[in-house]
Amino acid sequence: MEPLRINMLSDRALRVEFGTTISAQTNQWIRAFCWELEKKKYGGIKEWVPAYTAVTLYYDPANLSLQELEQLVYAACASIENDNMPAPSSVTIPVCYGGEFGPDLEKVAEHNQLTVEQVVWLHTEGEYLIYMMGFMPGFPYLGGLNEKIATPRLATPRSHVPAGSVGIANAQTGIYPLESPGGWNLIGRTPESLFQPEKEDPVILEAGTVLRFKAISKQEYWEMEKQKEGAHESNDRS
Amino acid sequence: MTEKALCRVKKPGLFTTIQDAGRTGWQKKGIPPAGVMDEYAFKMANFLVGNEGQEAVLEITMLGPVLRFTQAAVMAVTGGDLQPLLNNKKTEMWHSFLVKEGDELSFAGVKSGARAYIAVQGGFAGNEVLGSKSTYTKAGIGGMEGRALQADDILTGLSPLSELKRCAWLESTLIPSYRQKTLLRVTEGPEADAFSRDGLYTFYTRSFRVANESDRMGCRLQGPPVAHVKQADILSDAVDFGTIQVAADGCPMILMADRQTTGGYTRIASVIQVDLPKAAQLLPGHEVTFQKVSVARAHYLLKEQRKQLASIALASMNML
Repeated sequence: MEPLRINMLSDRALRVEFGTTISAQTNQWIRAFCWELEKKKYGGIKEWVPAYTAVTLYYDPANLSLQELEQLVYAACASIENDNMPAPSSVTIPVCYGGEFGPDLEKVAEHNQLTVEQVVWLHTEGEYLIYMMGFMPGFPYLGGLNEKIATPRLATPRSHVPAGSVGIANAQTGIYPLESPGGWNLIGRTPESLFQPEKEDPVILEAGTVLRFKAISKQEYWEMEKQKEGAHESNDRS
Repeated sequence: MTEKALCRVKKPGLFTTIQDAGRTGWQKKGIPPAGVMDEYAFKMANFLVGNEGQEAVLEITMLGPVLRFTQAAVMAVTGGDLQPLLNNKKTEMWHSFLVKEGDELSFAGVKSGARAYIAVQGGFAGNEVLGSKSTYTKAGIGGMEGRALQADDILTGLSPLSELKRCAWLESTLIPSYRQKTLLRVTEGPEADAFSRDGLYTFYTRSFRVANESDRMGCRLQGPPVAHVKQADILSDAVDFGTIQVAADGCPMILMADRQTTGGYTRIASVIQVDLPKAAQLLPGHEVTFQKVSVARAHYLLKEQRKQLASIALASMNML
């Protein structure tokens, strides 16, 4: 296959564009292209970032010429179809909906003329594709939110949104990996840590993965939190 | 490698962090590289103290710290002129010098530039996270417990040399001068066509003022609005150190070391790699103008600079 176009982001970053809109097909091409890069381990390419429509390659122009880089890109694109790519991985994120963890759940229900239970059902029923990571460490851009529960952002963003908060903003849903300010409607919270810098692989999610939400009770939430603390303590001791 | 307590932080300064070349390979997971803002001053500081690699340094911002040494060490201060003082007496920048136990390093204030770098022979120790000691305060990782220095922190050096065989310094032609008015060379960004002719003309001919809200994430600019013909919002996509985004308000913002890995605003241009150190030394109130160069020209300039750095590295190895 051929990329749609290639252009420069900066004097040391090249964009390889595979589409112009958010689409699962474009995401597949991007995933396949990244898989090629991963396998071939071309020297001179420092890292790459997949996004909605393009993959950006960061390289050192003093060691690899732009012409050579472009040749590598076309070669990687050409060999895409012949290879068996592993199936996309899937991950389930447990979420305790409502209450103190989801202060905006009722608002989301009201806005869409649904019951709270219906909102939770629609949110957990969906399959979400991680199109890309960005915004903050471990933050997934998810596609696939049911339009029936889309809700506009808060008029006034909160100054502190706790880590693990799950929210809805317009037709998007997402999870905050770190505490930060934010304007999303908070519907629940996960005990899962999306960013663990002390681990060799600090972020469990990646672009191309399929994500599902699973409702858990408050008790289950606190049990998982406790287990996490236990794991941390044993890490500290070792 | 032995670690030795080097100095105690008497006063932390405005925003002093441990930084190195930054973390590579994690942007696809949303983790910014962080690292030094001014790579040139950083590399020079390491050369001057005879460090072969790119060891961790202290990056100090406008108001410097007061450090009391508990151990002799070979050091150098480079970057913006924040007027370093050793025991209250002026000490040269872009020079290596020896501090002894009980000595105090402080700073009189900004004379030019915005950020200075303190290097020590052997390098500063710090928490290494994902391959780098660079402090990224937003996620609380790297350096000194993921935060800026505080009073009473103890800084540790990695096998510091306590003897200065010969003083090293840079020729004046190699020392950048930081001015109130700065020209930054840029290459065209992917959304240059989202701007009107007038918008592009404004961007490349008028000057912009650095706003107060500038930090390690980005340098915000104020000036005549840079007008769009298309939407200011784009589908989120990767951004680089030096990428200049223009949101709907028409104000450009240069993304810096602690930038998010992706952004959702039109990218009009990107500062070329060799000019990033100039952007790193901008202070609120400074004026910036932009000049477009070709990618080929940017690459030529980068290679020339690498040659120069290689010869300086060689000279510094022979000297110490």
